[in-house]
Amino acid sequence: MNSRHFLYVSLVLAAVSALALAAQQSSTPATQPTKHSAALKQAAQPQDEGERIFQQNCARCHNAPEGFSPRISGTIVRHMRVRASLSQHDEEQLLRFFNP
Amino acid sequence: MLRMTLGFKIRASAHIIRLFLFALAVLASAHRGAAQDTPLISGGVGFFNSTNAGNTSYIPIFEPLLAAPLGQHVLVESRAALLEFVSPKGGNQSGYDHSHFIGLTYLQGDYVASRHFTIVAGDYLIPFNTYLERLSPIWIGNFQDGPIIANLNFSSSGSGLGGMIRGNAMQRSKYSIDYNYYYSARSANEQFSASRGSGGRTSLYLPEQRLEVGLSYYRLLQGTHENFYGTHVWWEPKDTAFRLRSEFARGQHAEGYWVEADYRTKAFRGLESAIGRIEPVFRMQQTFRLDTIASDGLPSVNTQRADFGLDYNLPHNTRIITSYARQFSASGNRNVWETGIVYRFLSPAWKGKHP
Repeated sequence: MNSRHFLYVSLVLAAVSALALAAQQSSTPATQPTKHSAALKQAAQPQDEGERIFQQNCARCHNAPEGFSPRISGTIVRHMRVRASLSQHDEEQLLRFFNP
Repeated sequence: MLRMTLGFKIRASAHIIRLFLFALAVLASAHRGAAQDTPLISGGVGFFNSTNAGNTSYIPIFEPLLAAPLGQHVLVESRAALLEFVSPKGGNQSGYDHSHFIGLTYLQGDYVASRHFTIVAGDYLIPFNTYLERLSPIWIGNFQDGPIIANLNFSSSGSGLGGMIRGNAMQRSKYSIDYNYYYSARSANEQFSASRGSGGRTSLYLPEQRLEVGLSYYRLLQGTHENFYGTHVWWEPKDTAFRLRSEFARGQHAEGYWVEADYRTKAFRGLESAIGRIEPVFRMQQTFRLDTIASDGLPSVNTQRADFGLDYNLPHNTRIITSYARQFSASGNRNVWETGIVYRFLSPAWKGKHP
């Protein structure tokens, strides 16, 4: 198989996979989250503004950590504000989500 | 080769020890009073194995990240890379060759001046496109190797030394726009090497569509002044764990793109089920040489590469990363096999009472 054919096959496979996966919208109920651990799992449906912001901004780049101490929640949010260019509103809502 | 192709600053030096002592001093002097603002230590520790065109290497790697708030508006943050590179000796010799590298990835201070305006000073990752700033940590990337166009490095270190302004320019319910602009001085310092240049990036994010589109620009202001352009498109359909990321970059003498897709299914008891933890990944990338001048980090001939990955997200922030890639170019085709495991840690810098 030459390189051109290989690339075509790869692209077709990728396109088919993407369409199939995107079409497979989740119908499975999400698990109920609890703060600081399961709350950060991506399976959860948005419950409030902070969680929605978390899923839209933080989870866009990385998997959520399984849990962390509430003592560093402010540090994490400030780091994310700089790195993800969060607005002040997003920062406040995210901090509220981490510390209800 | 891992990380060295990603624009990371990986240089053996005893200076790094002093710099980390400095960072620890910052941690120690950080504001202890705020209950949620305790300095943190995060990062990843991993072990990678790679066989590239028949050449095998083993890389234990440690990437710590420190972040320490100072008062209500300042954050000092730094990341470093420590790794050992081990490979079998050639020429029918027994045993292994090895070398180690220690280097700062960045060390910066952030001052949140207002709701739309943050000032960054120090040694920062150049925010050209998205890969280097967002996806390069070992506990984030879906593949061991970064995309080839991450080597379109106008700065050999991938970082700038100077200042940056950034923030959220505008936010509405339907969209938000963020920006950054930076200027870097020239530096030949071992830990803070940088090229003189300036650039910026702006991104539009549509939260309902989960779509982000951005434009990047950089102008090299030393030697032969050159312009670099980039664009990125990210899309994550709502209520799925499917992510599509892509970048295009064009320099004076070469250009290229990559497209990456990854997916986790929720169909079998959610993402935390045994099947939901499986994450197939695919990346397609091409680079094109525009002329015969190979002053950038891209291959000297047109190159195509397809990466097929299968990652597994274990409990306790541990991730197995595997991939196979086939690369085509006029200089020779090759197979690249990679496996690795990464543990991500995240904790306060010291023990204390919960708020």
